[in-house]
Amino acid sequence: MALPPFQRFLDEHREPVYRFLVAAAGAQEADDCFQETFIAALRAYPKVRADSNLRAWVLTIAGRKAIDAHRARGRRPLPAASPPEPAAVAPAGPADTELWALVAGLPPKQRTTVALRFVGDLSHAEIAGALNCSEDAARRNLHEALTKLRKLRKETP
Amino acid sequence: MTTDIEDLLRRGPAGDDPAAARDAAATVATRADEMGLIDVAYAELDSPLGALVAAVSAKGLVRLAYENGRRDAVLEDLATRVSPRVLEAPARLDPLRRELDEYWDGRRKRFDVALDLRLTRPGFTRRILTAATQIPFGEYSTYLGVAERAGSPRAVRAAGNALGSNPIAIVVPCHRVLRTGGGLGGYTGGLQRKEFLLGLEHTLGS
Repeated sequence: MALPPFQRFLDEHREPVYRFLVAAAGAQEADDCFQETFIAALRAYPKVRADSNLRAWVLTIAGRKAIDAHRARGRRPLPAASPPEPAAVAPAGPADTELWALVAGLPPKQRTTVALRFVGDLSHAEIAGALNCSEDAARRNLHEALTKLRKLRKETP
Repeated sequence: MTTDIEDLLRRGPAGDDPAAARDAAATVATRADEMGLIDVAYAELDSPLGALVAAVSAKGLVRLAYENGRRDAVLEDLATRVSPRVLEAPARLDPLRRELDEYWDGRRKRFDVALDLRLTRPGFTRRILTAATQIPFGEYSTYLGVAERAGSPRAVRAAGNALGSNPIAIVVPCHRVLRTGGGLGGYTGGLQRKEFLLGLEHTLGS
């Protein structure tokens, strides 16, 4: 099996990657992260093994770009006054804007982990690969993030 | 009535509409071209003979094929044999598009775009196709003629096969090769297309 033409790879993965980046980096950063993700993917593309999981591969790159974006922006809080435009149709019910605002407040690595798991649909092992940590650490990270989110939701009236 | 938080997260965030992803992907192609990261730039072109798939490498035109529902197969072949960095970049095909438009209008008799013959096997096949490029507009040769010109006068049938493998239709004018005696011979794009091209070039005096 050979690698598909890059255009097809881009067409197949652009929507999941974009959705992931909105979740992991925010609507305002998503576009820049998307450019950087696919340009980096294009550079590396000829050396990718044809039998690798291209979806996990590109989400891995996107996850790193999302974390880079957080680092570049520093730890200053997101401007609360710019909620993203509501999506026309969400795949399985309306997006929970409040919940995602809480996700946006998580530390970068936890936020990215949540997005990789639930929006990117990656396994714990794939998340570990993307974030250069052990599978246990990925699980722990996710568990902590979810605990925090559940707690924060109870606190908000 | 509370939906679990994991299910809510699976629905994704707001603001991820497909149009934004499509626009962002188009920008990727433009930027990749500016950065010189596209090894094979392709576009689909309209023509009187139906849609064509055209592809250029850094060296020149590497593929011009009748689409005929084969677009994906053509792109896969390019990904395998040239480079997987294949992206749609219509602006890169503008010079060819202009020359072809002039050709269809009868205003151009010779193509000037650079050619990249890497998809033709070196040796005999390439010699045959090179011989075909030397047949002028409005004239024709025979399978025997190009075989002779390629230095293999007895390889008439093989010459036909080599011409049939032409990766650059129209611009490498394999349609200008006929049977000895004037029979049309074969054509990968179908004989109707061969007849159309010969008619456009007034080759058979009609």
